Amino acid sequence: MILKGRAWKFSNDINTDEIIPAKYLVSVDPKELGAYCMDGIIPGFSKGVRTGDIIVAGKNFGCGSSREHAPLAIKGCSISCVVAESFARIFYRNSINIGLPIFECPEAARSIEEGDEVEVDASMGLIRNLTKDRTYQAKPMPGFIQELIEAGGLMKWVVKKR
Amino acid sequence: MGYTVTEKILLAHTDKRSISPGDLIECKVDLCLGNDITAPIAISEFEKTGVDEVFDNKKIALVPDHFSPAKDIKSAEQLKILRDFARKYSIKYYYEIGCMGIEHALLPEEGLTVPGDLIIGADSHTCTYGAVGAFSTGVGSTDLAAVFIRGRIWFKVPESIKFIYSGKLNKWVGGKDLILYTIGDIGVGGALYKAMEFTGDAIERLPMDDRFAMCNMAIEAGGKNGIIAADETTLKYVKETAKKSKKKWKIYKSDKDAQYCEVKKYDVSKLEPMVSLPPLPSNAKPVSQVKNVRIDQSVIGSCTNGRISDLRMAAKVLKGKKVHKDVRCIIFPATQATYLQAMDEGLMEIFIKSGCAVSTPTCGPCLGGHMGILAAGERSIATTNRNFIGRMGHLKSEVYLSNPAVAAASAVKGRIAHPEEVI
Repeated sequence: MILKGRAWKFSNDINTDEIIPAKYLVSVDPKELGAYCMDGIIPGFSKGVRTGDIIVAGKNFGCGSSREHAPLAIKGCSISCVVAESFARIFYRNSINIGLPIFECPEAARSIEEGDEVEVDASMGLIRNLTKDRTYQAKPMPGFIQELIEAGGLMKWVVKKR
Repeated sequence: MGYTVTEKILLAHTDKRSISPGDLIECKVDLCLGNDITAPIAISEFEKTGVDEVFDNKKIALVPDHFSPAKDIKSAEQLKILRDFARKYSIKYYYEIGCMGIEHALLPEEGLTVPGDLIIGADSHTCTYGAVGAFSTGVGSTDLAAVFIRGRIWFKVPESIKFIYSGKLNKWVGGKDLILYTIGDIGVGGALYKAMEFTGDAIERLPMDDRFAMCNMAIEAGGKNGIIAADETTLKYVKETAKKSKKKWKIYKSDKDAQYCEVKKYDVSKLEPMVSLPPLPSNAKPVSQVKNVRIDQSVIGSCTNGRISDLRMAAKVLKGKKVHKDVRCIIFPATQATYLQAMDEGLMEIFIKSGCAVSTPTCGPCLGGHMGILAAGERSIATTNRNFIGRMGHLKSEVYLSNPAVAAASAVKGRIAHPEEVI
């Protein structure tokens, strides 16, 4: 799967209250949540997003609460994936579980700039900055997590195992 | 090679003979938890699979504490999803309003979290139960849905950081100050993916409520879990609380030759009450260095500091005083039992006479839900756990974190203050 879009750059320690403020947690609909994606840091963010755009962030992306609404909101606003230096652990689990592609790649996260055109080969973990003509390799996912992704997410894997 | 207390509990819940940090393992779950924000997604994921039974209706706890009593129609609908699911599957530990308390204060009080347990919850502050010597961590809603079906969950075995606290704590200094200080030292990502094991003579002397406050905020340093190995203080607490649940426990302690990725030593004998400045819990400073910060609101409660000893500490400061005319002080006893005990001890009278509002248990303003939302430009001191931008309301409002004595003293003074300025 090839993901392609413009980069939206964020700093370290972006928390889930910034990704989706609690006042919107009365909904579980990804599209509705998506309209308020990143509302806690850039009000109106979703209006500028084009389908496929990519969030590029620093360390500890998604820290704070366990709300699965955070990756759901990112997915719901048509962001294709998140590239970060590192992810907070509950956000990492949630993204895999709901099928939001995430890539841990400090080099890419540091050198990609706002607005750069980026292409990601999701199965290879290969990140290309088309604007700067540079390529980076994301950290491979552990085998078991690959298995979850290949099964189509955690719930499909659970049903299969039952 | 020896094991840490975290590794021992994880190992005891797998089919394996040995584990090491970094291993991906599957563990049996003793208790799983969801609330009115996270459980509706879990329930919807569960129902989508077509599975029509839960793994064990006595190992699921559902606590409608975030937006309840319902703050609006949409939250009423979320609450109804929990209620309907609890009835359909005869979930034993569903707590309706009236019995309900803030989940992380309620479940230990009900004796549902005991030493040696493996507990997961779709709430990041599930790490609170490490205070009773359990392994306990927050996950997401889909993880919870999978546990509803399988009763098992995958983990990466975390490396452990050992924190050693030594020295006698000053008056007005407790678990909240220790953890704010610690997060201030290591940062909000300082324990990312790791177990935080709290030890030392200062921890040995620390009462249970303070231990809960410490473990509660392990997540604010990115930790997978916070844990204090069970000791006599824990046992005294668990013997009382487990009378109700009849749960059995098992005590695990770290081996002498256990491996830690890092050891942090703190002399806390000179520690002052701490205040974390917005917008991160890691911006921790001694209260004496936080000068002339006017406040509009003081929130005393939450899963961090809404227990009886927290209310006692606030009452000690507020007794015979008046809340400043420019401040709203709102008190949230964490559970019904805490509420009742506070009444019996005369704390409620102190609060009301001093001009505080007292609420039924709810997470309320901690996450900007209801019952004390801030307008643009307003500032609150709070005994809660997060001071992120907009956490308690408008993006241009601010939250300062502290212990209950500092929050009470600040309510009286109208600015952030040391309790000694009021007493």
